[in-house]
Amino acid sequence: MIWNPNKECMSRDEMSALQGKRLHKIVEYVYHNVPFYRNKLQEMDIRPDDIQTIEDIRKLPFTTKKDLRDNYPFGLQAAPQSEIIRVHASSGTTGNPTIVGYTRKDIGVWSECMARCLTAYGVTRDDIFSVSYGYGLFTGGLGAHYGVEHLGASVIPAGTGNTEKHLKLIRDLGITGIACTPSYALYLAETMDKLGIRKEDIKLRVGAFGAEPWTENMRHEIQERLGLKGYNLYGLSEVMGPSVSYECQMQHGSHICEDHFYPEIINPVTLEPLPSGQTGELVFTTLTKEGMPVLRYRTRDLCSLLPGTCDCGRTSVRMGRIEGRSDDMLIIRGINVFPSQVESVVLSMPEFAPRYMLIVDRINNLDTLEVQVEIRQEFFTGVFDTPAAIDQLEKKLASKLKSVLSISAKVKLKAPNTIERSQGKSAHVIDNRKL
Amino acid sequence: MTIHQLSIFIENRSGTLIKVLDALKEANIQIIASTIADTADYGIYRIICSEPLRACEELKKAGVAVAISEVFVISIDNKPGRAADAVKAFSKAGIDITYMYSFLNENRGLLIFRTNDNDKALQIIKENNMQAISEDALQSM
Repeated sequence: MIWNPNKECMSRDEMSALQGKRLHKIVEYVYHNVPFYRNKLQEMDIRPDDIQTIEDIRKLPFTTKKDLRDNYPFGLQAAPQSEIIRVHASSGTTGNPTIVGYTRKDIGVWSECMARCLTAYGVTRDDIFSVSYGYGLFTGGLGAHYGVEHLGASVIPAGTGNTEKHLKLIRDLGITGIACTPSYALYLAETMDKLGIRKEDIKLRVGAFGAEPWTENMRHEIQERLGLKGYNLYGLSEVMGPSVSYECQMQHGSHICEDHFYPEIINPVTLEPLPSGQTGELVFTTLTKEGMPVLRYRTRDLCSLLPGTCDCGRTSVRMGRIEGRSDDMLIIRGINVFPSQVESVVLSMPEFAPRYMLIVDRINNLDTLEVQVEIRQEFFTGVFDTPAAIDQLEKKLASKLKSVLSISAKVKLKAPNTIERSQGKSAHVIDNRKL
Repeated sequence: MTIHQLSIFIENRSGTLIKVLDALKEANIQIIASTIADTADYGIYRIICSEPLRACEELKKAGVAVAISEVFVISIDNKPGRAADAVKAFSKAGIDITYMYSFLNENRGLLIFRTNDNDKALQIIKENNMQAISEDALQSM
């Protein structure tokens, strides 16, 4: 089934024409409403009328996470606050999160795109669908939720946590679809084993998995253990949230809602666009967004755009699996974590040396994060001669980390000069997860 | 009447204890009593030693996380019930003992402890005619 054949199956020529028209409009819109973009375009001597076709996009400047940070909180917002009806936030690279405001129309587009995803997965009005992404500032929960409602299926806003109760609902309500991170799906399977619930006891048949990278092997294991078919769901809050792209029944690449989000692949070093099929950094331009449109936003995700048409009938371009990152962002339990966020917290506490190490692991299919810090010699005073006092110091750091990262980390205190001085950005991280 | 104790943060991995002991040996420091409060990830090594202030400086030079804590040492008869008597006196006065360890010196038992209120503890020691050991006396044992 296809939710919106007019858009999803448009001829390539029509799509290009639509994208060109929308690009011109969005450039004109930000030129007049966002000083940041106006200044940038004026510096490059570009006027909105210079942008007429989608090919003209190459003339436009890139936007980065740093630009969002420098303009915290509402600097890149184009719509007046009175038009903003919702605000989400995602991790910033340092202390400040990235703030994204949505107008009523944005929420409508988001719900529409999400309904396209769900329909491609085979979800219909007859399904009972559990959204097990985090609800709140994270876009996963509410984004998927509104899509399920828009489609007309019954949404179960399960959220995360309380897995046993969730499993009881999956079994007793006959829940047929679920949206969650792939690692949470495996954790569900594990909990089922523990509770003695067999896959024959439940009716799950569709899984929308995203918010973290996963592999074909994980897909097979989840499908086998939960007895469902698992589909990729991709998105990022800076562009919209989940629904930017989605797999269809062919499960060969994820179709991009390119009438709303225009994709490019660039060489992350030279910033030159790469030919179709080559792997590089994924860049998105929002073609219809009102709240916070972005021009050529560098996602830092590395992937390729797949050439050719899809057997499902959709003509929209597909993106391959995310193969990595062009920065040091980690995805832990579906949440984006930058080592620099940990650094800013560690630096704010004089008790610790300005050195740290993140140890990431996956234990029983749940990601774990340990933050190692060194106590500074001059701060190790007689007050700390009991484990209780040291635990308190560790807890103080853990609670600050939790408020900045939105996930819990175990703090491990190390003796002075025992953490290697970092030689580069990746030297701050040991990722033991085997995907 | 308190004496100086070294409190040292050591991680739970091989080699960390040796680093501390070697540094003390290099500095010609003699250990009189010691104990380790251990947790899953680290320990706090508490040491009563000769020349504690110099020992502390030497350990710092060796890059060890070390601090000086003020503790009491009282001498008791080496007989059943004497430690209980001492602890009861503090307990009755509402003084918390943060930690305690002990060692034997000839026929005397020596209790080392830290409290949450040193002034009040000293008062109880005097009122109960307990025999607190001074740093000088301890060093000459």
